[in-house]
Amino acid sequence: MTKLKPRLSLLGIGVFAVLLLGVAPVVLTDHWLGNLGKYCCWAIAAVGIGLAWGRGGMLVMGQGVFFALGAYSMAMHLTLESAGDGVPGFMVLYDPLAPLPAFWEPFRSPAFTLAAVVLLPVIAAGILGFALFKRRVKGAYFAILTQALTVALATLISSTIRETGGDTGLSDFKYFFGFVLNDPANRTLVYLIAAGLLVVCLLVVWQLYRSRFGELLVATRDAEERVRFLGYDPANIKLVAFVISALMASIAGAMFVPIVGIITPAEIGAAASILMIAGVALGGRASLFGPALGAMAVGWGQSSLGSAWPDGWTYILGLLFVVVILFFPKGLSSVLGRFTAARRSPGERPPAAVSAEATAAPELEGVKA
Amino acid sequence: MTAASLVVKDLHVEFSGFVAVDGVSFDAHLGEVRFLIGPNGAGKTTCIDAITGLSKAAGSARIGEQELLGRPVHKIVRLGVGRTFQTASVFDELSVLQNLDIAAGRHRPSVSLLRTRRGVDPAIAQALEETGLADEIATPAGILSHGQKQWLEIAMLLVQDARVLLLDEPVAGMSQDERTATGELLQRLAAKRIVLVVEHDMDFMRRFATRVTVLHQGRVLSQGSVADVQADGKVQEVYLGTAGAATTADMLAVPDLPGVAAGTQKQEVD
Ligand SMILES: Nc1ncnc2c1ncn2[C@@H]1O[C@H](COP(=O)(O)OP(=O)(O)O)[C@@H](O)[C@H]1O
Ligand SMILES: [Mg+2]
Repeated sequence: MTKLKPRLSLLGIGVFAVLLLGVAPVVLTDHWLGNLGKYCCWAIAAVGIGLAWGRGGMLVMGQGVFFALGAYSMAMHLTLESAGDGVPGFMVLYDPLAPLPAFWEPFRSPAFTLAAVVLLPVIAAGILGFALFKRRVKGAYFAILTQALTVALATLISSTIRETGGDTGLSDFKYFFGFVLNDPANRTLVYLIAAGLLVVCLLVVWQLYRSRFGELLVATRDAEERVRFLGYDPANIKLVAFVISALMASIAGAMFVPIVGIITPAEIGAAASILMIAGVALGGRASLFGPALGAMAVGWGQSSLGSAWPDGWTYILGLLFVVVILFFPKGLSSVLGRFTAARRSPGERPPAAVSAEATAAPELEGVKA
Repeated sequence: MTAASLVVKDLHVEFSGFVAVDGVSFDAHLGEVRFLIGPNGAGKTTCIDAITGLSKAAGSARIGEQELLGRPVHKIVRLGVGRTFQTASVFDELSVLQNLDIAAGRHRPSVSLLRTRRGVDPAIAQALEETGLADEIATPAGILSHGQKQWLEIAMLLVQDARVLLLDEPVAGMSQDERTATGELLQRLAAKRIVLVVEHDMDFMRRFATRVTVLHQGRVLSQGSVADVQADGKVQEVYLGTAGAATTADMLAVPDLPGVAAGTQKQEVD
């Protein structure tokens, strides 16, 4: 049982990888492949949220911050790449003689940009997490604090239109590390990178969840004090999960930019951060696939229902959210788990149900704490 | 492992003006099952909280040369001080093995955390054997019986390799047989580790205590062997004065009149 389940999950990741990397590029139109790429980006961020919130109990309401670090790093590089040796067009708009702001300069380098996508969120989340977890900030305080940071960053970007493009954002990227983005073949390549990164992120959390660290993280989530009395510092355990989830959000943001072609503060603000959480909650925050599938479903709903019926979509999402929280607090993936568990051994409490529950947090403790 | 003793001197704990522990001193040595008893609210749990860093305290609590007071909780644990809680606090959603594995983990290098567990550590196997949980290795801790949860907590202290075991009401809610098994387990453990038991149950105390400290309203009321404290007039007075009438009867029951205090309970006095 305990040996079988991780193998099954691995098989699931394999099937998922074949569908995303093999089947989707063949059967989907260019337009829908682009959309799927966007969902993959949200799914990458969602996998990180599943780790931090589902397994670690930290309600990360401000993943938009880390998403933004990756997205704007990438967007600055692509903007500069498109502008050649000159200054980006939007800057010249306000002041023809405007020099390039100093913090843009290093993003001319592809290597620096990639390093920034990885290191900026790690450093930011490291400092933030250290300060918060060592002071034992948790529950609603943690959630509100992270959310406030997202709002602050979005506001900062909005108000610095000359340096960051403000609410208009950064767009019109022509090249992606030398590849012409107009070319469908290159766009497929960018999609494949995003989908591949999603599969890698799933593999990372798969290993984390079956490792001792994963057990320790669940233990910390459920009984932080007890973990302290075993000689661990819970702050360090949470910090690791938080930093990994921030890194995933940043990678998601970085891939979002070449796929969607624009990044604005709206994509990183409070609403966007909450939408990421919504997908994770719908799918099942503590399960392996729940967050990714939930985020993709919400993304799909937004681009199909949301464009056909923009007013109604928000209500549908809200209603769905309420129903899931009320009836399936462990997300939709728990329904499937419960169903297979019930079929396996009707009547008595099956081991599958126990281990499925072992991975799910006590209901919404992050929200009410 | 040296035979350093736990020495608590003039412990003082205040909660915003309310003095919960007021100048308590006691010590515990290898080879004895040391008891800390007293009526509800006497400050027993608070003493343990202070020693383990959970409550801020003045005074001193040392193991050998090491001062414990003032250190953060996890550092005190790393000095070899382990405790259990009044309400069994195991990780309900993890299996017995996973619980023990986490407890054993602090001796491992951090990188090994990223690997998956293979097999069962010898130390864990031994602790399972010692506490009689070998058959429950895959059981989720949440569905263990109350007594088994307490044993799991003790087993966690063993794999943690704690030199000092501070046990807060380990037999509360246990059946008579489970109490006997627990008492015998504690006697075995006391040969290699310092064992300090906080108890409420006088019958259990009489059967297994080597030395006893009686607390009352945050102060030491009496200290000595079981016979000493039972004969102490102050102790009798306090116990007659408290609401716990059953405990009072238990406390004062003469050991060689089996059945008087607790009806059907069998009493083995040595
Ligand atoms: N965290 C706390 N804040 C305020 N008072 C406390 C706290 N912990 C314990 N006390 C008080 O200290 C006294 C001793 O409590 P405790 O040590 O739990 O007693 P015992 O374990 O002997 O039953 C009680 O009066 C209790 O109300
Ligand atoms: Mg108590």
